[in-house]
Amino acid sequence: MDSLLWGVRLIAILVLIWGVAGTIVQGLNGAGPSAEAWRDLVVAGIAQGAMYGLIALGYSMVYGVLGFINFAHGEVFMAGAMSGFFVANYLWQVHFWDNYFVLAILLVLLTSVLTSMLVAVIVERVAYRPLRASPRLVPLITSIGISFFIQYSFAGLFGVAVKNYPPAPDSLRNRIGFLGLEIEGTKLAVIVVALISMGLLYLFVEKTRTGRSIRAVAEDKEIAALMGINVDRTIVASFAVGGVMAGVAGTLWSLLFRGVAFHTGFLPGIKAFTAAVLGGIGNLPGAMVGGLFLGTFEGVGSQLVLAGLGIPAVSQLKDVVAFTALVLVLIFRPTGLFGERLSSEDRA
Amino acid sequence: MSEPTPIDQPVLELRNVHTHYGPVHVLKEVSLEIRPGQIVCLLGGNASGKTTTLKTILGMVSPTSGEVVIGGRIVNGLPTAEIVKLGVSMVPENRRLFNRMTVKENLEIGAYLRSGDTSEDLDRILKLFPVLEQRLTQRAGTLSGGEQQMVAVGRALMAQPKLLLMDEPSMGLAPILVTQNFEIIQQINQAGTTVLMVEQNARLALSIADYGYVLQTGRIVLNDTAQKLATNPEMRRAYLGEVD
Repeated sequence: MDSLLWGVRLIAILVLIWGVAGTIVQGLNGAGPSAEAWRDLVVAGIAQGAMYGLIALGYSMVYGVLGFINFAHGEVFMAGAMSGFFVANYLWQVHFWDNYFVLAILLVLLTSVLTSMLVAVIVERVAYRPLRASPRLVPLITSIGISFFIQYSFAGLFGVAVKNYPPAPDSLRNRIGFLGLEIEGTKLAVIVVALISMGLLYLFVEKTRTGRSIRAVAEDKEIAALMGINVDRTIVASFAVGGVMAGVAGTLWSLLFRGVAFHTGFLPGIKAFTAAVLGGIGNLPGAMVGGLFLGTFEGVGSQLVLAGLGIPAVSQLKDVVAFTALVLVLIFRPTGLFGERLSSEDRA
Repeated sequence: MSEPTPIDQPVLELRNVHTHYGPVHVLKEVSLEIRPGQIVCLLGGNASGKTTTLKTILGMVSPTSGEVVIGGRIVNGLPTAEIVKLGVSMVPENRRLFNRMTVKENLEIGAYLRSGDTSEDLDRILKLFPVLEQRLTQRAGTLSGGEQQMVAVGRALMAQPKLLLMDEPSMGLAPILVTQNFEIIQQINQAGTTVLMVEQNARLALSIADYGYVLQTGRIVLNDTAQKLATNPEMRRAYLGEVD
C-alpha cells in the first residue's frame, strides 16, 4: 500500500516536471504566451484565489466549531452577490452608480454582507442547531439539502436568468501601475479588499473576546462552557463571521465577473471547500493561503503544466487543474498544507 | 431560632439528588453540604458517580430529581455559565487546557465572565506559580504535566471562585507533583476558597480535608469528619488498602 502511494507520488512529480519543462522549451522557442500574458494570468489567479480564500474561511470556521462541512456555504456567498445585484441595479437606474461609484459599491457591499450573514445565521438556527447531538454525517447531508433549497428558492423567486451587475467605471477597469506592474484596476481592488478583510478577520479571531471564545469552543466545547462561554452564541458568531467574509467575496465576485445567477455559488463554493482542505481544514491562515494557492494554480498551472504536455485549449481545463491540485496535495500531505494531525475523534 | 446568617449558610448543598444518563441511574439520593472555608473530599472507586456529582453541581447534566443549592439558591436547570457566575469553578480531570492557546490566554479565559481589569489576578496566580512567568507566551500544549496542572488551577482561580471543584487532582501526576499540588490546594483554601475535591487517593485527600463523603455505585455510604473517616475500620479496609 505504501509503495503504491510512493509510486503515485513519483509519477505526479515526473508529470509536473515534464509539463513545466515542456512549457519552458515552448517559451524559449517563442511559441508560448508573452510575458504580459503570464503576468495577467498570475494577477487574475491571485484575484480569483483571494475570493476563494474569503469563502474558504467560512468552511473552516464552521468546521472548527462544529466539525462538519457546511456545503450550503457556497449559497451563502451567492445570496450576498444576488442581493447586492438588486441594490446595484437600482443605483444604476437612478444614475447614482456612475456618479458616486465608491459610495454605491459600499452600499452594495453592506447589502451583500448583511444578507450573507443573515442567511448563514438562519441556516444554523433552523437546520443545524436541532441536529447538534446527531452524528456529524447528519448535518453534512442536511447542508447539501439546504444548498439545493437555497439555490432553487432563489431560482424560483428571482428567475433563472443570469443577472448582470452594472459595469464598474472605466477609471477602475483601466490598467494602473502598481509596484512597477500594469494591473487591471478591478483585480487590484479585489486583491486589496480581500487581503484587508482576511487581515481583519485574523485580528478579530486572535485579539477579541468573541474571537477567543470561538477558538475555545473549537478546541473544547465542554470546557469552554465551564469558563462561562455561551457556546450556542459563539457558534452563531462563527457562522456570522463566515457569512460576512462570503458577503465580501460576493461583492468582489460581482465587481470582477458581473454575472450572478442562482447557481453562481456552486462552483466557487466547491473550490473554496477545496481551498480550505488544501490549507488544512479548521486552520484559518491555511484557508486563506489555500485559496490564494488554488486560484493561482488553476489559472497559471493549466498554462504552465498542461500546455507543456501538448494538451490543447488548456484554459478550458482549469477546473480539472484545481481538483488535481487537491488530489496532489492530499497525496503528499493528507492533512493539508498547514493541517495539524487530527485525532480519530476529530475526524468527521 | 434565628435566621441562618450568610456566614454559616452552606456554600453548596445537594438535597436528595438523583441523576440519570439516559436509562442509567447514576446518582441515587445524594445529599451533601459544604460550609464556607472547608475542604471537603468526595471519595469512591471507579464509576461510583464522583465526576457525575461535579457535573450535576455545574449543570453540565441536569438532576432528575432533588435540589442543587448554591449560596442559598436552587440552581437546577441553570446553564453552566450561570452557575459559574455564582462563584463556582472547576479544575477538570486531566486538566483539559486549551492546548492551541498560550498560557496567558488560558489564564485570562478563566476570567471570561468578569468584566474589568484582571491583571492583578494574573499577578496573584504568577506569585502562586512563579514558573509560569516565563511560559506565558508558550502554547499550553507544550508544557509539562506539572506545569499544565498549575495552569489548570490558575485558570480556575482567575474567576475568583467562592467554591473550587477539583476533579482528580492527583491523576496523571508524578508523586512529588501530587504532594506539591495538595500543598497548593491547602494554600488556596487558607486564602479563603472553599474546596470540593473528588479523589481516588483517599489517604492523601483525607490528610488535608475537613470532611469526607464516600460514594459507592451512586449512593453515599459513609460521611464523617476526615479524621474519623481515616480511622473508620470499614473505610480502612475498602479504601485505604489497610488490613487489620
